Amino acid sequence: MAGINKIAVFGACSTIAYETLKLFAKDGAAFYLCDRDEDELKRLSGDLSVRGAGDVGYSVFNALDERSISEAVENILSKHPDLDGLFIAYGTLPDQKRCETDIREMNKAFTINFTSTASILTQMADHFVKQKHGTIAVISSVAGDRGRESNYVYGSVKSALTAFTSGLRQRLCKAGVHVLTIKPGMVDTPMTADFKKGILFSQPDVIGKGIYNAILKKKNIVYLPWFWRWIMFIIRNIPERIFKKITL
Amino acid sequence: MKCNMNFESWGRFPKVAHIGELVPHTIRKVGEYLDSTEPPVLPRGLGRSYGDSCLNEGGYLLSTRHLNKFLGFNPDSGIVRCESGVSLDELLQVFVPKGWFLPVTPGTKYVTIGGAIANDIHGKNHHKAGTFCNHVVCFELERSDGSRILCSRDNNHDWFRATAGGLGLTGVLLWADIVLKPVHGPYIDMESIKFENLNEFSRISAESAEGFEYTVSWLDCLRDADKIRGIFMRGNHSEKTSEKDSDMLHSQPGFASFPFDAPSVLLSNPTIKLFNFLYYNKQRGKSLKSRVHYDPFFYPLDKVAHWNRMYGTRGFLQWQCVVPPADDNKAIKMILEKITENKLGSFLVVLKEFGDTEAQGMLSFPIAGTTLALDFPNTGQRLFDILDELDKLVIEFGGRIYPAKDARMAGSTFQKAFPLLDNFRKYIDPKFSSSFYRRVGRHDLLSGGD
Ligand SMILES: Cc1cc2nc3c(=O)[nH]c(=O)nc-3n(C[C@H](O)[C@H](O)[C@H](O)COP(=O)(O)OP(=O)(O)OC[C@H]3O[C@@H](n4cnc5c(N)ncnc54)[C@H](O)[C@@H]3O)c2cc1C
Ligand SMILES: NC(=O)c1ccc[n+]([C@@H]2O[C@H](COP(=O)([O-])OP(=O)(O)OC[C@H]3O[C@@H](n4cnc5c(N)ncnc54)[C@H](OP(=O)(O)O)[C@@H]3O)[C@@H](O)[C@H]2O)c1
Repeated sequence: MAGINKIAVFGACSTIAYETLKLFAKDGAAFYLCDRDEDELKRLSGDLSVRGAGDVGYSVFNALDERSISEAVENILSKHPDLDGLFIAYGTLPDQKRCETDIREMNKAFTINFTSTASILTQMADHFVKQKHGTIAVISSVAGDRGRESNYVYGSVKSALTAFTSGLRQRLCKAGVHVLTIKPGMVDTPMTADFKKGILFSQPDVIGKGIYNAILKKKNIVYLPWFWRWIMFIIRNIPERIFKKITL
Repeated sequence: MKCNMNFESWGRFPKVAHIGELVPHTIRKVGEYLDSTEPPVLPRGLGRSYGDSCLNEGGYLLSTRHLNKFLGFNPDSGIVRCESGVSLDELLQVFVPKGWFLPVTPGTKYVTIGGAIANDIHGKNHHKAGTFCNHVVCFELERSDGSRILCSRDNNHDWFRATAGGLGLTGVLLWADIVLKPVHGPYIDMESIKFENLNEFSRISAESAEGFEYTVSWLDCLRDADKIRGIFMRGNHSEKTSEKDSDMLHSQPGFASFPFDAPSVLLSNPTIKLFNFLYYNKQRGKSLKSRVHYDPFFYPLDKVAHWNRMYGTRGFLQWQCVVPPADDNKAIKMILEKITENKLGSFLVVLKEFGDTEAQGMLSFPIAGTTLALDFPNTGQRLFDILDELDKLVIEFGGRIYPAKDARMAGSTFQKAFPLLDNFRKYIDPKFSSSFYRRVGRHDLLSGGD
């Protein structure tokens, strides 16, 4: 199987991650799962095992706790010295309105969604460079393509993730390591529970399948579903003098 | 969450408004929601029930779509433990490649384990295997008072019997242990035999009961009752193993989806007659043997997503009864006569002999006898009146109507046919109710229910 065999996942219990991991489990991949709720990690590892996964281990981590990240990284690498996959899929959707007045809330959004991820990627990059192969996949978002009034805090953390993974891709490419930036549109998950679900919403299984295929095909940047590429193309190309006057 | 959300059942009738939907992502959340939500609440699987048993007008639906994890599997016993929102579709995808199949399956794979238990569903193998809950070892039930009840034949058996076929009224099923059945591969060896009248149907059915695990018949009903003809299908799991990996799986409907609400001319009697004529004559000879994948054998309708839209916005009614065995198929004949007399056309008429394995649930539908199911476009009051007359016949013959498919029977029809209802009521969760229960189940309905 040309895919990846031993995968560490941060945010393994996220809905989108689950839909992706199901497919790798069927291929018999081994997993090391990290998320912040131990009961959920146990539940997920049982499910992936039934579906055909090889060895499944897990560690609790919290993106706000730098120490728990280093511990998780250590656990992963001591368990799987030949790890060939890293998938980052946790995140929160900050309350934009609150972030406009509450600086602590805004900083927290950056720590969870960007700083902690940059830290994980930096700590793990070395392993992949030395090993000279493997795939790193990171969930960013279409929201990072242009900051918008309604959610520019989320937009800018995702924008930072997109830029970070783009640079990392250039760097690791030379060592034969692949980096995938995933940009989903709106997906029906707990993160968007309070949103009214219009026709632009996708089901998580569609996104999971898209991520699985993009990893196997070694894509660099993938919009999911595909039509978001064109929607964002249009949004990116609205001249700023017009853009600033509309509400999006 | 105060929004007016519309949910439909598969028959798209009745149309009712709900206050909202609760979507727990974890088992823990189920309890939190039950604790903090104003009643009435009703669990909801994939909404494949036709009538109003999966609706809760003016209340909440608690969706199990994220309670979709497998919790364990024992390859020695074939017992899988899974959460109640796991669908049969997903179970097949994971287990057919490992050589296991569902012990009982309905005519669609898009139902959940919770729904399968709460309606104690039956399949084409009822004469051999009984109902779904005959293959359930145990399950856990969460009640709105925060208690959890582990139910099996040895433990809390009364709760097991109330919840199996209990229409979601006794609490939320969290997970269940189900005994799967070993198979060699994904194929079914099947045979279809044409029959020209009901006596011939009964003869073939009796002949097939022993040697065939699956039996079912399709009927052409827009003909005189004494000229009822149809096709008897019978099959067994084939010993042939899979030819290619992709054959292990079934395909998803993909682009074959009914795109809009159909105009009513599609459903007129001439169209139905033509359809039935073509269907009957598709097969030239008297009998035909073939080897087919399980997907078209069990789930021919799943090929087209949203096929229920074919019946237009007014929706449709399915009517399914079972009547105890009687000489000369008297009850079935009288029912079919009434249907032809009134020129009620139906595309999908299904006839099957149930076996005598006793169902576990207090409200389980199947009893020994013959079951007949028909689909009717919702044409309004005249149809309702005729169906009431059919119900009367069924009750006279000691039969019953299937709640999972019902949107209109009278309270008395339900209460006469399910004698354990009184006992069942003791197990209903005080926070739970459904449109169906309020319509036909409440104890104060009997007097004025006719
Ligand atoms: C094309 C088609 C063919 C069919 N063929 C057959 C057949 O051959 N035999 C047969 O028996 N049925 C058949 N059915 C009916 C179907 O199998 C049942 O209605 C089944 O219960 C639907 O399951 P669901 O997951 O969609 O549940 P829903 O319809 O959403 O709910 C059904 C009931 O289960 C309860 N419920 C759901 N989940 C839980 C839970 N976790 N805890 C407690 N209660 C719960 C609900 O409250 C409700 O009362 C068919 C339906 C269709 C559309
Ligand atoms: N849903 C969308 O519309 C959408 C669109 C584009 C991109 N995305 C991105 O897709 C990814 C997955 O999101 P999802 O939609 O699948 O949402 P989800 O199911 O809500 O998953 C989010 C996950 O992140 C975890 N998490 C939150 N805060 C954390 C913290 N401090 N430390 C560790 N883990 C934490 C959550 O754990 P708990 O369950 O314990 O809170 C949960 O497992 C995210 O990066 C998201 O930004 C989503």
